[in-house]
Amino acid sequence: MGGVLLRGFGWRHAGRRAWAVRGVDLRVEAGERVLLLGPSGAGKSTLLSALAGLLPEDSGEQEGTVEIDGLDPRKGRERVGIVFQDPETQLVMARCGDDVAFGLENRGVPADEIWPRVDEALHRVGFPYSSDRNTAALSGGEQQRLALAGALALRPALLLLDEPTANLDPAGADLVRQAVASALDADTTLILVEHRVAEALPLVDRVVVLEPGGGVRADGTPEAVFAAHGATLAAEGVWVPGHPIAPRPATTGPGELLLTADRLGLPPRLGSTDLAVRAGEALAVRGPNGAGKSTLALLLGGLLRPGTGRVTASAELAGADHRTPPHRWRAPALARRIGSVFQDPEHQFVTSTVFDELALGPRRTGQPEAVVKETVAGLLDRLRLARLAAANPYTLSGGEARRLSVATALATAPRLLICDEPTFGQDRRTWRELVDLFADLRDAGHGVVAVTHDADFVAALADRTVTLRPAPDDER
Amino acid sequence: MISIEPVAAPDAPLARRNPVAKVAAALVFSFTLLATLDPVAPAIAIALELALLPLFGIRYRVLARRAWPLLLSAAGILVTLVLFAADRSGRVLLDAGPVLVSTGVLLTALGLVLRVFAVALPGVIVFATTDPTDLADALIQNVKAPARFAIGALAAFRLVPLLGQEWQMISMARRARGVDAGRNPVAKLRLFASTAFALLVGAIRRGTRLAVAMDARGFDAGTPRTVARRQHFTRADALLIAGAVVLAGAALTTSVLLGTFRPLIH
Repeated sequence: MGGVLLRGFGWRHAGRRAWAVRGVDLRVEAGERVLLLGPSGAGKSTLLSALAGLLPEDSGEQEGTVEIDGLDPRKGRERVGIVFQDPETQLVMARCGDDVAFGLENRGVPADEIWPRVDEALHRVGFPYSSDRNTAALSGGEQQRLALAGALALRPALLLLDEPTANLDPAGADLVRQAVASALDADTTLILVEHRVAEALPLVDRVVVLEPGGGVRADGTPEAVFAAHGATLAAEGVWVPGHPIAPRPATTGPGELLLTADRLGLPPRLGSTDLAVRAGEALAVRGPNGAGKSTLALLLGGLLRPGTGRVTASAELAGADHRTPPHRWRAPALARRIGSVFQDPEHQFVTSTVFDELALGPRRTGQPEAVVKETVAGLLDRLRLARLAAANPYTLSGGEARRLSVATALATAPRLLICDEPTFGQDRRTWRELVDLFADLRDAGHGVVAVTHDADFVAALADRTVTLRPAPDDER
Repeated sequence: MISIEPVAAPDAPLARRNPVAKVAAALVFSFTLLATLDPVAPAIAIALELALLPLFGIRYRVLARRAWPLLLSAAGILVTLVLFAADRSGRVLLDAGPVLVSTGVLLTALGLVLRVFAVALPGVIVFATTDPTDLADALIQNVKAPARFAIGALAAFRLVPLLGQEWQMISMARRARGVDAGRNPVAKLRLFASTAFALLVGAIRRGTRLAVAMDARGFDAGTPRTVARRQHFTRADALLIAGAVVLAGAALTTSVLLGTFRPLIH
């Protein structure tokens, strides 16, 4: 059970000119473990949605056929379980056990079988809490394991995982992958979409690569596929193992002091922290979940009022304003001096086109329109966004949205750039571009602070690392 | 932050009652009191509500903390009526130009304030003693509300506390982009509107993703649902509703007997 058969399958979302996925011929036998790869835009997520029966007939146009155990997936939904990328929007109920029970109730499982199956599913994914734990109190990794338990409790013949670890820190992602590895029955078919190939390989025995223009580019064992297509895939953004990225150490030493934090804190989110940021320096801030890294980024960015201690800007950064703390500067003055890049790019978008988005900062800081046009054109070019100038920011792919959010912060040419998890969920190509971009900025005399879990990013870029410890209990 | 956790001791005799019974009792009690405009019936009702509070497992201090928006609206009513009431009858207490405070004004204001409290407190008590999940379960099982509505609302409700954080993030992101309103009230209003719009867009996108995830787990797929958590509607629950009818009736009757009863509809 759990066999998949696609014949010339294609899907075009209603209102779109281009096919999201097209011409796919694929047979997956029951119990196979498949890693589905392809550059951004190859239609991997659409294909998973089709297999999960989540593309209603009236929501687009279909070509060819898709079958699970000989059935249309829309009619064989109870055979398929799926776990998505975003933990926050997969949990339905307030208590963990109730959430796992939710699917069982929907499928009409008799009441006396529900709780034993809930307990079994929670046990299989190594869930560390009791079933009446509040789902809102879980970390992202724990929420994803709970979502996995919710899918497994339904005993699917086919389990689909759509980048389930892309939004997680490395430790949380590891635990989710371990849970997948140990929880799957031998006869459950697995189809996994994941950029981070090295981490995913222990879970799979077959790799299928989709071609962005349509069809299947490669299909076989991981060794065979990567031997033949590894270099191309790496260049297209897939994290193929054995293709390291050259680090970009600083070409000059650090320059003038830009920003100092003295005993800076915001109980209970951040304990007392001291640090200094210099021009021409890339500083990485690391630390476990809950240590207050994002809070520190907001405080340094002049976006939150410190609870304890202070942030002081140097005259080099703030001119005559250096006696005022950054959180009290007017917004246009702040944007000229310190740029902030948020973890979720969509939080930052204000206007309805990519062009206006980039023009907003320069206009707010009083640049003449000719200079604005020139700045925007330069950024569009540099961050490969030129063909998207008229697009709505909310319609961009993950990588495009990230590049745009960095570009908007650069548009006002701030001397200091502060980024919160800039590489989260990014493919290898965008990742490399970000490293190069930040390194170029640093070498041109800007200060760069990156709050990050990404050890590779730190190794490739950072000149110095500050590690935060969780705030002590008496401050929480 | 919006709190959605019940604050009462869960095993108090009335807190344990079926959520639907509690909601029904609160509705019956409140609607009965709406029938009169006098201050006596609501005063009796408030006394009854406060006397029953320990049976719901709520401490008075906790209630005061929950009910502060009520105090605020009571103060608002008092000020509005003192300034604008048409009925200026009774003995004049204070005559300061346009502000004329008479006993008639004060009595009307007092009646309204008491009504607000008497009508709103049962609702506050129900939500302080009821878990939202239990309420959704009871709505589905005991009054046959559609699961699509009850569970859907419950899932959406779970996302509400996120909106506060989201608002803060969007506001900070805007400041980082060089957008602020300064002291200009028009700019403030426009910034508020655009932040609210961004929040709405985000909420819709999240809601859509949640709906797909629920769909993927077979929600509302036409299969008859089973229930993991049974909610029972017992005689004690029926008695709670009957008790609410009796007590509200008693408050009204006392008011009629004392001659203070002023019906809402003449």
